[in-house]
Amino acid sequence: MLEIKNLHKSFGDAHILKGISATFEKGETSLVIGQSGSGKTVFLKCMLGLHTPEEGIIDFDGRIFNGLKENEKRQIRKEIGMVFQGSALYDSMTVEENVMFPLKMFTNKIKQEMLERVNFVLNRVNLHNTNHMYPSELSGGMKKRVAIARAIVMNPKYLFCDEPNSGLDPQTAIVIDNLIREITQEYNITTVINSHDMNSVMEIGDKIVFLKDGLKAWEGTKNDIFKTENEAIVDFVYSSNLYKKVREALLKGQ
Amino acid sequence: MTNLEHIGAYFNMLGQVFKKPQKWKVFWELLFREIDDLGLKSLGIVTFIAFFVGGVIAIQTALNVDSPFIPKYLIGFATKRSMILEFAPTFMSVILAGKVGSYITSSIGTMRVTEQIDALEIMGINSLNYLVLPKVIAVLLFYPILVILAMFLGIFGGWVAGILTDLFFTEDYIMGIQLEFNPYFVKYAIIKTLVFAFVIVTVASYHGHNVRGGALEVGRASTKAVVWTSVVIILLNYFLTQMLLG
Repeated sequence: MLEIKNLHKSFGDAHILKGISATFEKGETSLVIGQSGSGKTVFLKCMLGLHTPEEGIIDFDGRIFNGLKENEKRQIRKEIGMVFQGSALYDSMTVEENVMFPLKMFTNKIKQEMLERVNFVLNRVNLHNTNHMYPSELSGGMKKRVAIARAIVMNPKYLFCDEPNSGLDPQTAIVIDNLIREITQEYNITTVINSHDMNSVMEIGDKIVFLKDGLKAWEGTKNDIFKTENEAIVDFVYSSNLYKKVREALLKGQ
Repeated sequence: MTNLEHIGAYFNMLGQVFKKPQKWKVFWELLFREIDDLGLKSLGIVTFIAFFVGGVIAIQTALNVDSPFIPKYLIGFATKRSMILEFAPTFMSVILAGKVGSYITSSIGTMRVTEQIDALEIMGINSLNYLVLPKVIAVLLFYPILVILAMFLGIFGGWVAGILTDLFFTEDYIMGIQLEFNPYFVKYAIIKTLVFAFVIVTVASYHGHNVRGGALEVGRASTKAVVWTSVVIILLNYFLTQMLLG
């Protein structure tokens, strides 16, 4: 479980996070949503330790991350898998080397064992015959799969994804979303996804945290969204005509 | 950030770079790759420049000291001294600051803007130690070899220029390069090379690691890195010359 309490973060005079608290459970796919500039990315980077918050607690199963020494933080980071918006694959490495990289750095496995694990996770994300390809030879969807494979190769306890389906066609986006949800349930991982894609929210959001202007404006499940009267989330979700019609139909009981 | 803050951040960076590698096996792999990228791949340009600079020094000396009272062996002597004392260590370092420095800044800068460095940090890897330390060790090991090679090639280039232009005789040139050979000058050149090599890698890495933005900023950072590295090399050259020869 990952628990965030009263998180504050500023850059100069700009107060980006103004006291956000949230809890993310094991085996659940939690989505942090909000408009651009709402503080989602800063929130995610604070949880990952890439930004240091001025105030607040980041609690990884009883371990207060922002109170730890650098080497203790590194220990927790080994339990974290991350899928970046742009995949962040190492250009100079092949797919196999990218996925094998965490194993090389943090385990004493022999090459054959590492290769078996790499092939296992690549199969799990449905990537075949790509081991010796470079990131520049892959499509956007394939890059995302490699990024997911690299994120789960060490059996992480926590998986973070920053806009995992940005730049993907709707069909591939659904495949990636479902893959993340399946992996979350299969390995009982605490998964936090940063997104502003409503399709992802409706597809895989076990829990949704809505941020607005650096504050948590709403929290609930995907089923609660259609029933809520919270103005902030209603404005955000129903900016799309399609969802506006779905809501009207639901409220009319059709 | 002010210049003073940049200097402070640079020394903080060095503190992160000089830590025990997290995995020695990976470090050795990276070290050999860096020797290839930063050292062996610079052989061509070093060979080309050293040879022709040596030739030009010999021709210039021959053309400018044509008095019958000045012996011809002075051409070989001047070429040898110029190559060993300044051209091989300093001139080559400024050239390598352009070639290797911009490569380092742009490669690390691109990793920064494409979140590859964030990916390393999130995995629990000290990105500065992982990316910069092998580069520093590689250049410290290989650049003295490059500079010694440049010395030989420069002197050889001077002799070839003499042969081709008939400005001096081989016997005079050989006598000049053997005259008053002082091994301390080679030591002095290697000390300077080691300092400059360190500056090239660390200043370039600092600029690359601190890039924020996109492709344009990476380009700007590369230019800045080359300018600052050259400035630092020229300044340090002045102080080192004063300290070691003064």
